[in-house]
Amino acid sequence: MSKKRRMRFVLLTYSAFAGASYAQQMEATDEGRIETAMHAAFPEARPDWLSRLKGDQTMRACSKYRDAPPAEVARTIAARESATIQYPPDGRLIGDWKKGEQLAQSGYGLRFTDYPPTRENGGNCYACHQLTKEEVSHGTVGPSLVQYGKIRRFSEAEAKVAYDKTYNSHATSPCSLMPRFGTNGVLTIEQIRDIVGLLMSPESPVNRP
Amino acid sequence: MKNVRQKACAAAFVFASAFGGTGQAQQGGGDPIERELDTYRSMMKSDPWSNPGMLDVDRGEALWKTPAGPSNVSLDQCDLGLGPGKVDGAFATLPRYFVDADRVMDVEARILWCMEKLQGFDRVKLLTRPHPSAGMPVKVLGAIATYVAYRSNGRSFSATFSHPKEREALALGETLFFRRTGPMDFACSTCHADSGKRIRLQPLPFFSKPDEARKNLGEWPAYRVSTAHVMTMQHRIYDCFWQMRLPEVELGSDVSIALISYLVKQAEGGQINIPGMKR
Repeated sequence: MSKKRRMRFVLLTYSAFAGASYAQQMEATDEGRIETAMHAAFPEARPDWLSRLKGDQTMRACSKYRDAPPAEVARTIAARESATIQYPPDGRLIGDWKKGEQLAQSGYGLRFTDYPPTRENGGNCYACHQLTKEEVSHGTVGPSLVQYGKIRRFSEAEAKVAYDKTYNSHATSPCSLMPRFGTNGVLTIEQIRDIVGLLMSPESPVNRP
Repeated sequence: MKNVRQKACAAAFVFASAFGGTGQAQQGGGDPIERELDTYRSMMKSDPWSNPGMLDVDRGEALWKTPAGPSNVSLDQCDLGLGPGKVDGAFATLPRYFVDADRVMDVEARILWCMEKLQGFDRVKLLTRPHPSAGMPVKVLGAIATYVAYRSNGRSFSATFSHPKEREALALGETLFFRRTGPMDFACSTCHADSGKRIRLQPLPFFSKPDEARKNLGEWPAYRVSTAHVMTMQHRIYDCFWQMRLPEVELGSDVSIALISYLVKQAEGGQINIPGMKR
């Protein structure tokens, strides 16, 4: 695309977006009114589930800026979310890739049909990412992670990056689309370590030639 | 009716062959998975009579016309916005504000209202397990909604959103679409924020792009092959919230109607062609 055409495309996209913003003109979008509407819409919600209808500060900021926060807001989010990351007591960040692969396949957990729980929560990585060449049923919302560890030379520092990203993606990518698996209690420290194992072990199918 | 059933049976055979993976790729594109999926989709859509959802269009028509409920009346006097009993073209003008209910309603909320107010059904019972589980047919309300939507086929989405309450629903819907909620931090926009994305092998429509919104909205209610029943738009949104790890959303709630209003507005001018066919 030529520079001029690209510019025109950007402008058109922008004006379509701006024109579609019905919310900006309305008071119906006030947070208090939204919460009232949400409570009315989920009358069967158990008391301990009501917090799920509310967002925290980071979610509210990402919603407000539609996942494109201004630099200053992004810095605030990154600092706040980084502070929530907890590490394994023994400091080992690379776990069992075989368990990691099972977690990557499983989307089980936290849905209203998953109670009482019959197995551990999954990470459902394949829903959004390609991880191995063998698994053809993979999503494309996130980037392909094939050869993830090999590309990064299996370095210790990169294992930490992968751990942090899985534990709380907003720490490095504010308003990332990826769930904050560790911070939100979707996965345990042990499970996150196994997923890092899947990404960073030389024997893992992710890194096989 | 018999004819429809025979054709639907023939269709089931076609699906089975498609699932067998023997379909040859017809459309271009480098990705072999995408080619297989395109073949499958085109087989599903090639003959409108191959759609088992047509059975529920017929069933919905009978349910609309047959006296039922404690009042033992049909839905003849149900006003879908164009006057009592006027079904043709009504779906294309929804959602809209209804004075009698003093709220904005989509097709399902309006039929629910008529079943309660005209036929005397208990609203609480109608709202208990309102959606079919896998392998079970769409419930009465959903079948009627499928019939009503079918009678707008060939027309375009033309809800005006001119009443202040309609504009309010639109604004709420847009805000909710981008609002992150639940333990996975998902908003509708998490999955529907770009063109050409998939969850596993399921393609995701990008609703900010009018052509994608029109194509998608024009297909609901749709027959879903994986669960073998017609799925309505309220059911579709219920399922999205389930995936977002939220509680069960009530059919016809202001939240689901607001989201449907936003989606229909994005699809404005798009042609209605239901029942669609989905994986």
